[in-house]
Amino acid sequence: MQNDRLIIAGRELTSRLWVGTGKYKDFTETKKAIEASGADVVTVAVRRVNITDRSKENLLDYLDPKKYTILPNTAGCYNVEDAVRYARLARAAGVSDLIKLEVLGDERTLFPDTVGLLEAAKILVKEGFIVLPYTNDDPIMAKKLVDIGCPAVMPLAAPIGSGLGIRNPYNLKIIMEMVKVPIIVDAGVGTASDAALAMELGADAVLMNTAIAGAQDPITMAEAMKFAVYAGRLAYKAGRIPRKLYATASSPIEGML
Amino acid sequence: MAETIQIQVNGEQRGFRADATVGDLLRELAIKTERVAVELNLEIMDRKDFDHRSLKQGDRVEILSFIGGGASVDLQGKGRGFVHAE
Repeated sequence: MQNDRLIIAGRELTSRLWVGTGKYKDFTETKKAIEASGADVVTVAVRRVNITDRSKENLLDYLDPKKYTILPNTAGCYNVEDAVRYARLARAAGVSDLIKLEVLGDERTLFPDTVGLLEAAKILVKEGFIVLPYTNDDPIMAKKLVDIGCPAVMPLAAPIGSGLGIRNPYNLKIIMEMVKVPIIVDAGVGTASDAALAMELGADAVLMNTAIAGAQDPITMAEAMKFAVYAGRLAYKAGRIPRKLYATASSPIEGML
Repeated sequence: MAETIQIQVNGEQRGFRADATVGDLLRELAIKTERVAVELNLEIMDRKDFDHRSLKQGDRVEILSFIGGGASVDLQGKGRGFVHAE
């Protein structure tokens, strides 16, 4: 596993667990949880600076951009125009050309509006962004996103923050077979076994936030997720046995009395 | 006493010196320029221009930075309030 590197648009990433930075109690907890998770890719949102209370600290004072790949997202954007605007602002704020593109279609499910997503992705790819699109577990849409220049695809496991786990492993598997770019399973993971399952299916990485930040003990859960992703990856590489309906004895008959 | 102008910063009206630049505004607000994006009248500024662009009466300035976020936040974009599933 030493050389098991994940490469996206020429960037080499060392961890296959990516984490969000929202919903933590404070920045100290955020930092501790990220360290425990071993993640080197962290997502952040772009928002107005609080100009009335300047005592508020900056998240990036806690996360060294030299140590982590900062992946800004367009969270909260419900149309193409807003998503493109936030992506450009994220780039102007000066981390990189990377953007996790979200165009949401519905407040209750936070499911992606994949029509808007494709349109926004086209615009941003043309502007030189490295677009990582948050999409549905739809193989055809995944393929379209790759065709227009996305160097990775981020299909959901279940609705954001739902903790329902991998709702459609077969679709995810088809996406992994259909497109030849890294697949990062994003959103919906609830616990360690969900993350392991995503990796066993062949995902290249898993991105989560709520499953860690919302756990009763986020730092311990972060560590659990690190091992789950690692175990799932190893199991995938090792190649599991086929499922069979009937038993196969593992002890020899020979030598029995 | 220098002349003042009215500008809008992150949605709030405020008065500011008439001869000031965007860079002056950021310094006045104690905002480090490295990790912020500034949008002036809906146009994103190059940070090299902060000290050269003078503020004018009625300018709308948006100053943004990175906050904690994983996936989607609430519609108002107030930061950390996530939408929870039941």
